[in-house]
Amino acid sequence: MSIFLEKRAQSSRLLSALAPLLAIILALLMGAIIIALSGTNPWEAYREMFVGAFGSGYALSETMVKTIPLILCSLGVGIAFRATLWNIGAEGQLYMGAFAAGGIALAFPQGQGWWLIPLMVLASLVGGALWGLIPGLLKAKLNVNEIITSLLLNYVAILWFQYWIYGPWKDPLGYGFPYTAPFGEGAWLPTLAGTRIHLGLAFAVLAALFLYFLLKSTRVGYEIRIIGENPQAARYAGMNIPGAILLVFAISGGLAGLAGMGEISGVIHRLQPAISPGFGYTAIIIAWLARFNPWLTIAVSFLFGGLLVGGYSLRAFGLSDSLVLILQGLILFLLLGGDILTRYRLRWKGGRA
Amino acid sequence: MSKKFFFMTIATLALLALLVTSCAPAQPSTPTPTPTPTIVPSPTTTTPPSPTPTPKFRVAFIYIGPIGDGGWTFEHEQGRLMLLQNVPGIEAKYIESVPEGADSTKVIRDYAQQGFNVIITTSFGYMDPTIEVAKDFPNTVFLHCSGYKTAANVGTYFGKIEEPRYLSGMAAGKMTKTNKLGYVAAFPIPEVIRGINAFTLGVRAVNPAATVNVVWTNTWYDPAKERQAAEGLLDTGCDVIAQHQDTPGPQQAAEAAGKYGVGYDSDMAKFAPKAVITCPVWNWGTYYVDAVKKIMAGAWTTNQYWGGMKDGMVSLTPLANFVPADVKALVEAKKAEIMAGTFDIFSIFAGPLNDQTGAVKVAAGVKMTGDEILNMMWFVEGVNGQIPSGG
Repeated sequence: MSIFLEKRAQSSRLLSALAPLLAIILALLMGAIIIALSGTNPWEAYREMFVGAFGSGYALSETMVKTIPLILCSLGVGIAFRATLWNIGAEGQLYMGAFAAGGIALAFPQGQGWWLIPLMVLASLVGGALWGLIPGLLKAKLNVNEIITSLLLNYVAILWFQYWIYGPWKDPLGYGFPYTAPFGEGAWLPTLAGTRIHLGLAFAVLAALFLYFLLKSTRVGYEIRIIGENPQAARYAGMNIPGAILLVFAISGGLAGLAGMGEISGVIHRLQPAISPGFGYTAIIIAWLARFNPWLTIAVSFLFGGLLVGGYSLRAFGLSDSLVLILQGLILFLLLGGDILTRYRLRWKGGRA
Repeated sequence: MSKKFFFMTIATLALLALLVTSCAPAQPSTPTPTPTPTIVPSPTTTTPPSPTPTPKFRVAFIYIGPIGDGGWTFEHEQGRLMLLQNVPGIEAKYIESVPEGADSTKVIRDYAQQGFNVIITTSFGYMDPTIEVAKDFPNTVFLHCSGYKTAANVGTYFGKIEEPRYLSGMAAGKMTKTNKLGYVAAFPIPEVIRGINAFTLGVRAVNPAATVNVVWTNTWYDPAKERQAAEGLLDTGCDVIAQHQDTPGPQQAAEAAGKYGVGYDSDMAKFAPKAVITCPVWNWGTYYVDAVKKIMAGAWTTNQYWGGMKDGMVSLTPLANFVPADVKALVEAKKAEIMAGTFDIFSIFAGPLNDQTGAVKVAAGVKMTGDEILNMMWFVEGVNGQIPSGG
């Protein structure tokens, strides 16, 4: 007897809507057992986590700060997935965007011109897009598996980024520590009064709007969808598939690059060896759960932002780091599991059905 | 009755079991006290006995790694426990594995907003976040480990670990047979570089033919990576592995290869008893007790504390049983000089000192200043390794 997955003829809307909710409840229940075993009251831990992520204006604002890069990366990854292009390289594209924008900021330490921020935005879009185009070109011209290339290029990008911080761009006044000099204030993205929510939020919403209209009302967007849903048909229809692949990778990488710019210009205000706790990887899960829908992406990103921020409340509450990671992992695992079960059903082969 | 029904039943039962077990261990909920912002109590005011308990004096520790790392964070945690034991009536909380940068700003601010009186940030990368948050909470005292920026309510503290490092180098220099020693190092920053230099100067004081070979891991805490780096060094013929890393991984690699090692941070002999010659270690507790008592008494003013072996801030763990008696005697004699105050970090970094190329860097009779030592970005003669050039 063996178990296999069978695609559901049609996934019910109710089930799709309920699945994530059930998954989170189940994850919290399983997590509760582990927390209780470690000698902590699960109810209080969860309350702490929720309050820490969503329970006050300040908590909400911090969750929003984490949501911004998640939205941008997830949108980028999502549009690639729409075209069945598996861009696993958002993390590296984020770093390359931050590298390009950071280079501009460091080149104009006194820069107080209105043009500095737009230039940094442009640089990050180009930096991320160029990095995204490497797996894009390899895929379009030579049909090289983009999962492998985009993933491996992440490591290259991060090491490249760090080379500049350990080397030429190191702050001469920094006692040799691996940080660049702080950016001049002209290179800081404006923030919402009293919070760390920066203008990147507007970029994220604009990007969602852009993708929504691109996919809905443009010829290119239509082609991207067709290539994703039925590549055979796209080929017969004479669509320019390599061209579409390049475009998708450029957009995808550019958006991740913009996320990197938001982090360094809006939050960190300098370059340091690590600027992302894996936003680019989390984005893959978000894009999947949001069914590559731009609006849903914003909502899911907010939830994941809360998961990241709430994790610190749990740590402060006294839960060990590994328990927090287990809990976050459980939620992800069951969310994805639930998602698969709404689209497929489990069948037992060999026995009487 | 189909098989499907059978499995559905099992699944439902399993779910029910989950529900029940998860509810069972819930303890009666204890009300959490609402955090009230407290002000540093001034020594003149005496609180009259009141029916409501007075808010405790609250201290928070921010850790870079998990408390079970067996090294850096573990030793800070020992310091926190010592603080709890020695200063009655305080609360001392901690949070582990907080990455440097944007996230640490949030975590530090959280504690400040909850009204903690003292916030202790235990990694270099927390420096700017600490200074930034401290601006908004002038009544909170911040103690930052290993940084160079201070404010009226931000003090720094660190120790002269180079003193026990030098001693450990002397022991290692005597124990090597290949005259090649390995050094697994975290980041090319002055703190690590001057440690490597102190170790090398110790080695070459007793064994001028020996070299110290450096590998950078670019991580403080990564047991697997640290161990791999040590294995790489062992493969090239190094037979003593020293380290500036937070886990015993390199020592375990040395033990597995049947070679020796010099640990760091905390006594790592328990992880690799056959390999570890000795370890330069931190004793944060004395400082924490002292600083917190001063803050409670209102007698604290901002300062940059830099304690040595004599002050008890750092020490050398006892040399292993397998170390020959003459080596022990040699190290003990130098240690006695340090404890007597006739030898210290400035004696270690006294000329003549050559750089890696053999060129004279510090002339005979000249001592490096504290600032020069803290800024050291060059290797002494005898170190094989490269410091990435900076701007």
